[in-house]
Amino acid sequence: MSDIYVVAEHRQGELRDITFEMLTKARALCEAGGHSLTAVLLADEAGALLPPLAERADKILFFQDARLKVFDPDLYRDVLAHAIGQGKPLLILMGHTPSGLEYVPALSIRTGLPIATDCVDIQLEGSKPKLTRQIYSGKLFARVVCRDADSYLITVRPSAFQPEESAPVQAEVVQQPLPGGVGEPRRTFIEYEDTSAGAVDIAQAPFLVSIGRGVGEEENISVIQELAEKLGATLSCSRPVVDKNWLPRYHQVGTSGKSVKPKVYLALGISGAFQHVAGIAGAGTVIAINKDKKAPIFRVADYGVVEDLFKIAEALKEKIKA
Amino acid sequence: MDIVVCIKRVPLTQEVDLVIDAGKKDIRKDDLAYILNDWDNYAIEEAVQLKETFDGSVTVVTVGDEEDEEILRRALAMGADRAVRVDPGSRLLDGFVLSGILASVVKTIPHDLVLTGVQADDDNAGVVGVMLAERLGLSHAAVVTRIEKENGTARLHLELEGGMDAVCQIRFPALLTIQTGINEPRYVSIMGIRKAGKKELKVIELGELGLSDADLLPQTQVEELYLPPEAEGAEIIEGDPGAIAETLLRIIREKGVNV
Repeated sequence: MSDIYVVAEHRQGELRDITFEMLTKARALCEAGGHSLTAVLLADEAGALLPPLAERADKILFFQDARLKVFDPDLYRDVLAHAIGQGKPLLILMGHTPSGLEYVPALSIRTGLPIATDCVDIQLEGSKPKLTRQIYSGKLFARVVCRDADSYLITVRPSAFQPEESAPVQAEVVQQPLPGGVGEPRRTFIEYEDTSAGAVDIAQAPFLVSIGRGVGEEENISVIQELAEKLGATLSCSRPVVDKNWLPRYHQVGTSGKSVKPKVYLALGISGAFQHVAGIAGAGTVIAINKDKKAPIFRVADYGVVEDLFKIAEALKEKIKA
Repeated sequence: MDIVVCIKRVPLTQEVDLVIDAGKKDIRKDDLAYILNDWDNYAIEEAVQLKETFDGSVTVVTVGDEEDEEILRRALAMGADRAVRVDPGSRLLDGFVLSGILASVVKTIPHDLVLTGVQADDDNAGVVGVMLAERLGLSHAAVVTRIEKENGTARLHLELEGGMDAVCQIRFPALLTIQTGINEPRYVSIMGIRKAGKKELKVIELGELGLSDADLLPQTQVEELYLPPEAEGAEIIEGDPGAIAETLLRIIREKGVNV
């Protein structure tokens, strides 16, 4: 029997959703393979973090230190390298999140262990993981294998697994100080800043007309703005539109923008990168218009139109007038 | 301020039907157009802007074959001073191998700052930058959306989820992985690229770097590529734009929106 580790991700005293998603997947792998589930928590205090983990893991490795009050990639790398060295777990699951992106690759180099990132599925064949990843922005799936190793580092795509309730267990909590040799963090955290506040709250809108890269030129935004007004909808967008400064950040839908829950989400020229799709999971009905019939958005939309978005926008304006 | 930017050329896959090749481990690339990885475009622009404000130099590095020099020339036209290409031959490259190759080159180039994109648009792995930082012993930050240099340090914005940024201070030398949207990459004309042809472009053969076989052993390999499983997916509405618009309005109203 080996261990599967899940590194708990938390911010400002709360566990992040990805933690529960990973615990659910890890529990399934443990049950199928007779493994044991260990949650690894790095924090300055237990607070509200320990109880939900204790219900879902067999054991909690709790590294407690004031220096862990905010996330720091150097500390995570050092502490986890130590924990993996001691416990020799088979798999270590971590979030493919901004924080995960900051420490997991460094942990791989530090420990010499293979790493597979952004996995949407994990299977174990004996003691060998088979990972499913999406490449080319989700247009293809790849089954990936790692070179033989004692332990494997895996980052898990947010929302790839649905968190489920399972029969509560009461984990044994093993509290530890930071291991020796851990240095002072090399960067200083200053503050969190909310960049998405603005004049429009897309999170509350019942009908969103949303534009993506397919809008092409900045001048074309006004065409869609006009359509949104005529339809009585709120304008939102995907990341490339904000990156180009065509619309302010508070219009952005997705993991780095806002999650929305309109009755209808009309996606114009949006390809459907997973970061965007995660933000529209709460939408009632998704209608996608895109020239690219293989665009991943069509896999999550309820209705699709494979056509030039401006042709449909013009036709919609005409019909509204009529 | 000396800056090294690591960049990659990737296939352009939007609005293209990708075809899996016979070996099922890769796609057929002969008909595809190639571009500079989007994230790297922003990284080059950020480096050039920092150089324009604080002086110093910008060196761009890529690992690839002769055709990949196209993106190095583009970077030179954007304002980079010199370029380096490492020819990997037929080696299989994953993030581990790439970061090892890059580390052995970047350590020979003076640097206060090393920039990479957050990820590449082909494998979407997002590991090379931070692996490189670890190999070079540099402090680092990932998913950077703002850099404000203050003497030997920089105040950074790191993008988190839900519109939240973390603001932090980092000391140079450092490695930063750059997120799209951090700046507005400048337009590069064909003429500009031609003019940049006079700048230094150095080619290094993999053998010159003294890396061992263990350094060049990929940690992960694609076993099989396949098309996404057929999901239920969208009900496709067909017809002329007028008929489509009518159907869409009917659906929108049925879903409880007054239009």
